[in-house]
Amino acid sequence: MILVFLEIREGKVKKSSLEVLSEGKRRADELKTEVQAVLIGHNIEGLASEAFPYRASKVYVLENSLLSHYSAASFSQAMHSLVEEVKPEIILFSASAMGKDLAPRLAAKLGVSLATDCIQTACRAGKLEVIRPIFAGKAFVTVSFKGSPQMATLRPNVFPLLEPETKQGEVVKKDVVIPEDQVKGKVEEILREEGAELDVTEADVVISGGRGMKGPENFDLLRELSSIVPHSAIGASRSAVDAGWIDHQHQVGQTGKTVSPNLYMAFGISGAIQHLAGMSSSKHIIAVNKDPEASIFKVADFGIVGDLFQVVPHLKEELKKVLAE
Amino acid sequence: MNIFVFVKRVPDTESKIRINHETKTIVEEGLNFVLSPYDEYAVEEALRLREANGGKVTVVSVGKEEALTTLKKCLAMGADEAVLLKDESPETYDGLRTARIIARAVEQKFSDHNLLLFGKQSVGADNAQVPAMVAELLGLPQVNVVTKLEVKGNQGTAHREIEGALEKVSFSLSAVISAQKGLNEPRYETLKGIMAAKKKEIPVVTLEELGFKDDDILPMLEVIKLESPPQRQAGKIIEDEPQEAAKKLVAFLHEEAKVI
Ligand SMILES: Cc1cc2nc3c(=O)[nH]c(=O)nc-3n(C[C@H](O)[C@H](O)[C@H](O)COP(=O)(O)OP(=O)(O)OC[C@H]3O[C@@H](n4cnc5c(N)ncnc54)[C@H](O)[C@@H]3O)c2cc1C
Ligand SMILES: Nc1ncnc2c1ncn2[C@@H]1O[C@H](COP(=O)(O)O)[C@@H](O)[C@H]1O
Repeated sequence: MILVFLEIREGKVKKSSLEVLSEGKRRADELKTEVQAVLIGHNIEGLASEAFPYRASKVYVLENSLLSHYSAASFSQAMHSLVEEVKPEIILFSASAMGKDLAPRLAAKLGVSLATDCIQTACRAGKLEVIRPIFAGKAFVTVSFKGSPQMATLRPNVFPLLEPETKQGEVVKKDVVIPEDQVKGKVEEILREEGAELDVTEADVVISGGRGMKGPENFDLLRELSSIVPHSAIGASRSAVDAGWIDHQHQVGQTGKTVSPNLYMAFGISGAIQHLAGMSSSKHIIAVNKDPEASIFKVADFGIVGDLFQVVPHLKEELKKVLAE
Repeated sequence: MNIFVFVKRVPDTESKIRINHETKTIVEEGLNFVLSPYDEYAVEEALRLREANGGKVTVVSVGKEEALTTLKKCLAMGADEAVLLKDESPETYDGLRTARIIARAVEQKFSDHNLLLFGKQSVGADNAQVPAMVAELLGLPQVNVVTKLEVKGNQGTAHREIEGALEKVSFSLSAVISAQKGLNEPRYETLKGIMAAKKKEIPVVTLEELGFKDDDILPMLEVIKLESPPQRQAGKIIEDEPQEAAKKLVAFLHEEAKVI
């Protein structure tokens, strides 16, 4: 059986978890087994139905009032007791902030190794094989697992969702026992920037600015573009972040975030190796740069050599026209 | 406060990665090695905590002799002591293996810790695993990807970065914290620091001394293949009037790429 951890954010199962469930189902079919899912929290039973359209045959609901706030220690303990009972061969997480926090803790509890941030999975001789980028995408390593269960986290926005089906499955509710002193490191509060934008790792379109933006106020040009492009987020090069023009949450690259959106738009970004590391797995890349020699053009599917301040206003109008159709 | 910082020696982020397909390892020849950038934030944070609260900062690395250079750099930044946990094996990409070595050393040698600091991810292996695994093996609280850290007595709070927001996490000491960019601005080494670091002895602890036998810590991940990523093809580059160029770009996005 393949077990998928479903992350809840703002009362819903995250899309990246449903991507993992979809990929889990593809592998489960090959291995002639099932994919099941687990929800952890408090008063969350209702969310189980979100997993069935993506082919979970069963959803375990682990509830306890102490689990209403996330803590890696208590969540991994809850999950550990389930794993000991139902013995999955494979456990998958999204490589989201929570997945990356929780999966290694659980792996250590189970005494098995973990592959982080995988971009491809396959089965060979009844076992899981995964590909993960290392050196920020400058090399790919294919690994398999010697222990059991086999554990991996999968990069968001890479694995396609299955076409949802109207399906039902079994909900298995379990009250878990968590000693209060096991809630180590407790989330007290979630702080959100006023009018927080979508995160770059979760966006379908990332609109990024670099040093060529010339100043913080000009990022408004990109925000205007973003406001007309659905599911888009603002990214930035490290130079723009270090200049204090935009918060480092937006930084894309080797020491920023790795993104794989459908479309990456680079404005006034030269395409340094550390920047490319974070975005070259995007499905499509476009760039506007006044320097015809800029490295960004080596990875762009479509590039405009020109002044971004002249191009962006027209781009906005043209996009508006097409999006209005 | 007794603070331990775990640091790794890694190829710098400029590096072009070449692969030896036979040994399934990267070619180290010609690479410039540095202190992993996130670990630098961790070292800086430890120094600031010591400056505010008193105490001692010890930097620890698991790796080959060469990692001594990385430890020296941390000493030059102002760390009080350094220890090398000598491990001859090449990169395994197996976070649990490293975490077990670190956890064992903490239990046996550094049991008087108040805080264990890490980088959120080692540049290169990009595992982002070791801190959480060490926390589990030692039964400690963890806060990963931290951009703000406050410690009072034996209580702490930290801001941890998640998608589009921050989590405010409270914990009690000792704890595992991993540093994200934004936590601080690392200082440069001073000449005085470099001179002092040169004179410092760095004790070397072997894996046998930690009670490991060879097959205790065999990697549990098998590397099947190491390869270069598929090369992206450069696409169409145009130099047109801005309006014309914008039109063509949007036509490309709409009709060819079908992303808008
Ligand atoms: C350890 C380390 C980690 C790093 N991590 C990252 C990382 O995570 N992410 C990252 O991005 N960088 C990272 N860097 C920095 C990286 O090396 C580059 O310095 C940085 O990416 C450059 O940013 P930029 O392209 O915005 O600026 P520049 O390289 O200065 O490029 C600006 C570009 O804008 C163009 N331009 C200027 N004006 C206009 C205009 N009016 N219209 C159109 N184009 C214009 C110029 O032609 C130029 O190509 C890292 C560096 C180190 C050492
Ligand atoms: N060989 C090592 N020696 C010391 N610390 C390490 C080592 N490998 C990883 N770490 C620590 O664990 C963090 C996360 O590494 P990783 O899980 O490999 O991405 C690093 O930033 C270091 O703080």
